[in-house]
Amino acid sequence: MVDITPADAVPPAEVAEVELYHPHSWWTKYVFSQDAKVIAIQYSATATAIGLVALVLSWLMRLQLGFPGTFDFITPEAYYQFITVHGMIMVIYLLTALFLGGFGNYLIPLMVGARDMVFPYVNMLSYWVYLLAVLVLVSSFFAPGGPTGAGWTLYPPQAIMTGTPGGQDWGIILMLSSLILFIIGFTMGGLNYVVTVLQGRTRGMTLMRLPLTVWGIFTATVMALLAFPALFVACVMMLLDRVLGTSFFMPAIVEMGQQLQHNGGSPILFQHLFWFFGHPEVYIVALPAFGIVSDLISTHARKNIFGYRMMVWAIIAIGALSFVVWAHHMYVSGMHPYFGFFFATTTLIIAIPTAIKVYNWVLTLWRGDIHLTIPMLFALAFIVTFVNGGLTGLFLGNVVVDVPLSDTMFVVAHFHMVMGVAPILVIFGAIYHWYPKVTGRMLDETLGRFHFWVTFLGAYLIFFPMHYLGLMGIPRRYAELTDMTIMTESAHHLNSFISIMAFIVGFAQMVFLFNLIWSIRHGRQAGGNPWRATTLEWQTPETPPAHGNFGKELPIVYRWAYDYSVPGAKQDFIPQNVPGSFGLGPSREPA
Amino acid sequence: MSVILVFLLVIAGFSGWWLSHQRLLAKPWLEQGLAGDFIGLDRSALPTAKIGLGVFLAVVGCLFSLFTSAYFMRMGLSDWRPLPLPRLLWLNTGVLVLSSVALQCAVVAARRGQMDMVRLGLATAGLTALAFLAGQLMAWRQLTEGGYLLASNPANSFFYLITGMHGLHILGGLVGLGRTSAGAWNGARPERLRLGVELCAMYWHFLLFVWLGVFAVLAGWAATFIDICQRLLT
Repeated sequence: MVDITPADAVPPAEVAEVELYHPHSWWTKYVFSQDAKVIAIQYSATATAIGLVALVLSWLMRLQLGFPGTFDFITPEAYYQFITVHGMIMVIYLLTALFLGGFGNYLIPLMVGARDMVFPYVNMLSYWVYLLAVLVLVSSFFAPGGPTGAGWTLYPPQAIMTGTPGGQDWGIILMLSSLILFIIGFTMGGLNYVVTVLQGRTRGMTLMRLPLTVWGIFTATVMALLAFPALFVACVMMLLDRVLGTSFFMPAIVEMGQQLQHNGGSPILFQHLFWFFGHPEVYIVALPAFGIVSDLISTHARKNIFGYRMMVWAIIAIGALSFVVWAHHMYVSGMHPYFGFFFATTTLIIAIPTAIKVYNWVLTLWRGDIHLTIPMLFALAFIVTFVNGGLTGLFLGNVVVDVPLSDTMFVVAHFHMVMGVAPILVIFGAIYHWYPKVTGRMLDETLGRFHFWVTFLGAYLIFFPMHYLGLMGIPRRYAELTDMTIMTESAHHLNSFISIMAFIVGFAQMVFLFNLIWSIRHGRQAGGNPWRATTLEWQTPETPPAHGNFGKELPIVYRWAYDYSVPGAKQDFIPQNVPGSFGLGPSREPA
Repeated sequence: MSVILVFLLVIAGFSGWWLSHQRLLAKPWLEQGLAGDFIGLDRSALPTAKIGLGVFLAVVGCLFSLFTSAYFMRMGLSDWRPLPLPRLLWLNTGVLVLSSVALQCAVVAARRGQMDMVRLGLATAGLTALAFLAGQLMAWRQLTEGGYLLASNPANSFFYLITGMHGLHILGGLVGLGRTSAGAWNGARPERLRLGVELCAMYWHFLLFVWLGVFAVLAGWAATFIDICQRLLT
């Protein structure tokens, strides 16, 4: 017990006050704002808007798969374009932008006790470059030939050849330019998130007192800063191949009887670069989700997080390990068997820190005072879904199992469970949790529960059957499967069922959007701390927090973020900025 | 991908060293109040801008390591035909070294408060950096005149790509240098100017380091060196 009372007499913030930017007009306050909270909302709104496009695209795909031949406007080319843009938007423009740009911007300064990000101007630029990237992506729908249909992995050589939609038109050029812009914009924002955690923390907020949300976002940002350059390099090189006729990735190739001018490029090189980004990307999305879900569970089970240190170490370990597993996406690229063996091993090792996290979440729930609030429901649903998707990951991580399952619907089911549904459940939980802080009002409870149950059960009804389709050998990426012998009658019925479910789940998201907008004005007043949580963002003098976050004086942190149900305390939570020890002995439950 | 992995190993080593000073073994649930020894852990004494630049340079380093990795991977294929490097690159290297030295002089002068020397250093650095860029363009022209076009051979493509990327980074640095110089002439606060000059110097030294690495790789010495190391190991 390292108790350093009386701490009440500590003078406030020796930390030099940041020179806070003060907006003077409506434009600089709400549009070209340098306030991280406004930027966070801009990021979230843009990501949601483009996410809706991805949702509609998935509906169109499901129309084609569930009822093949019924809709004339969904040509095979159009199907490939839908699949490509859907994947790209979900992985990069929605999940990455929402977790890091949205939640990162809103929560980091508030949770570490800072007035704003350390480089507000760069932070503002980051959003506008992101918006530009999104607009370039959207513009490809209106370009001649439409968006690229190369699949979200954009594998060369097919990505820039005539047979692929957008390959010799504007589609691929706009896609690559958009990605390059996204990476530039993200780097600006990422610098802010990292340096704010390093330098912006208020007095007493040591690294080991950070809420796990901040740990998750921080580590994910560091990873993203190191992983996105690989995508950048791949995009620049492919853009040169397409526009200036170089041959980085293009081998000597004959197209429709004609020898192309390319010669000597290596498509495998692209795969290495792409997956060197692509695998860390999975954890760039997952780590913030891990962090947020830890805080949701602890707060709504009124219990300190089990094994805080282990949780931090696991986040760091996952972050580091995720850089040495990339080639498990390339088992079927003809690699050396020992190479595959190595990557299978590292892939399975990463399951250890991940499993530690799952056990710790479950043990946090163990004998907790579980409140089945909507954020808690989503958190519980996340644990189940993540375990589910993680287990099929063990299948696919092994070379011998992966080779037959590669390019089947099993893979689609796996990654939608683990990196689609699971993180999105956390996003929903987090929105229900922090919405009262952002707007001052609660989201509607009834609509929320409806949204949760339809989304949770519906997602399982969509993706669970896909595992079976995959095991039957139904391939992914095919626009039409009607004439294949493996497509039995029952497989067709299953496909139709999945499609109908996809529409129902999509409809539930409309209810959620309605709830988001309706509750801004009509929701129940929330007060400053409706969940009785300990972290600093709930201790702001105003709700929603004003510019500068904490009024005149920055808070001082006296304790970790998880003092829930402390024996002997008056309330069942003690905020981080409350001094005093409440006479606790070392008999407290060790974690 | 070995170059990028080595680079990341260095980053990981540095992060590990830093984390090891952050009391990751602490038991935060048992520690309350403001311990004296916590205060040192709050934040680094370095200016925030320097840390920001440091993180950015790590990203830039990552970018060039990846280009180098791709280069080595392509080089491993049997049909690799390297292009002859123009001798002008030696001169350019010298000019870039000069630019870095000038900025270092500006840093020293800024610490001593000698404004004239700061201005001289900044101006020299800016001009030599521009001269470097002009020299790089000359080298490109020499190559194209010699028939080594961008698209005619992977080695050529890599040469133009990597030198071009490096040039773009220098160009970006010149924007920062321009802003700092404007401050030096318009009477910015001394401590602010000093920080600006230091940041420029940091960026310049790093890009010089990157250039030396890139030069060694493009000239083939790096490959020879790795080859010798591999032979020694086996």
